[in-house]
Amino acid sequence: MIERLTSTPSNGFETVILPHLDAAYNLARWLTRNAADADDVVQEAFLRAVTYFGGFRGTNPRAWLLQIVRNTAYGSKKLVRGAVLVALPGDAGPDEPAAPELVDPGDDPETALVRQRDQQRAQRLLAALPAELRETLVLREIEELSYKEIAEITEVPIGTVMSRLWRGRQILTAAVKDEER
Amino acid sequence: MEGCANLLLIQAEFDGELDAGETARALQHRESCAICRAAYAELEATRTLLRSDTPHYRASAKLRRALVAGLEAKAPTRATRRSWWREGVSFAAGTALAASIAALLLMPSQQALLDQVVAGHIRALQPGHLEDVVSTDQHTVKPWFDGKLDFAPPVKDLASENFPLLGGRLDYLDGRAVAALVYRRDKHVIDLFVWPESGEAAPAASISSGYNAIHWIENGMSFWAVSDLEASALGDFVRLWRAS
Repeated sequence: MIERLTSTPSNGFETVILPHLDAAYNLARWLTRNAADADDVVQEAFLRAVTYFGGFRGTNPRAWLLQIVRNTAYGSKKLVRGAVLVALPGDAGPDEPAAPELVDPGDDPETALVRQRDQQRAQRLLAALPAELRETLVLREIEELSYKEIAEITEVPIGTVMSRLWRGRQILTAAVKDEER
Repeated sequence: MEGCANLLLIQAEFDGELDAGETARALQHRESCAICRAAYAELEATRTLLRSDTPHYRASAKLRRALVAGLEAKAPTRATRRSWWREGVSFAAGTALAASIAALLLMPSQQALLDQVVAGHIRALQPGHLEDVVSTDQHTVKPWFDGKLDFAPPVKDLASENFPLLGGRLDYLDGRAVAALVYRRDKHVIDLFVWPESGEAAPAASISSGYNAIHWIENGMSFWAVSDLEASALGDFVRLWRAS
């Protein structure tokens, strides 16, 4: 048993699935809105992915993995469904400050400050969307997936992906206008 | 933004989802439609907001190391089992789980499914994981599954038989989303996993990692009842469930 175990190759799991770890983490992070919960969701999702990998016959391992991540997040208590826990303006969010690594060190202090404020606003507005709109926008705009891939991952028809994208974008547009008024 | 029937077409153009002919049509339409021109500008603004101002989160080096170490061991390492450890499931259960996952890699069969079902049951016994909808009322539990699954699981309450329904949750087995109905007998929890499957199979009992399981197929559904309840009591549950 032990011998068979160690001599069994991992069937390419490491080369096929592992490269999509960051995408998996990014989705888990946006769904749970919290680093520790995202870690837990990704760990459980990978455990499931290893388990089911033998039966994976598809051609899109990233979409397959993201679907498992999404199902894991929805099946746990870690999913933040909607507009609860929304950070107040000026609050960087439930854990660390918003992506300080995005601030260009070459910026002068004032530009850097404006940029950081923009980032916090973007993060807060996206995070405040209901989960189904948030995940659709994250998959489209951050992961740059196609409608078809998003439909597969979120298990809805392409028409629903289109209307969710539209609604999510409308809400963000309205929220930005509202804040700038 | 309202008032033009072509807005979703414009969005699809913006997302690069159209072929050359449709793209030309969308472009032409935008030239003559102020609503769609404004909509396109807004789509660009939200893209800038989301692509340049929101982080693409990356897995920490610690998480990556833990996952890689887990893969190399062909079974979860201590680090990848962290959530189970933290939730206080015993060492024995953790080992059983690792063993069952190793078995799955070797023989994807009914035995493998049994191990998955038992692993799902163990996972659910973590605090707060047991049920997503808490209700002893089958008329609450059944509609809760609507829209969450592509099938309608049969939900029955056996409170009068001393197997009260606690609730339900979604689980993920054999590569698909399944319904898990949660029942109780005294201090013992029973998970009944349900998903569509064709054919018929009479109830068959098996045991894995110290948990009893009974599997049967009827009325287009596959059923797995799992519990630490003794085999005869679990057999009673299955008999009563099928008869009610």
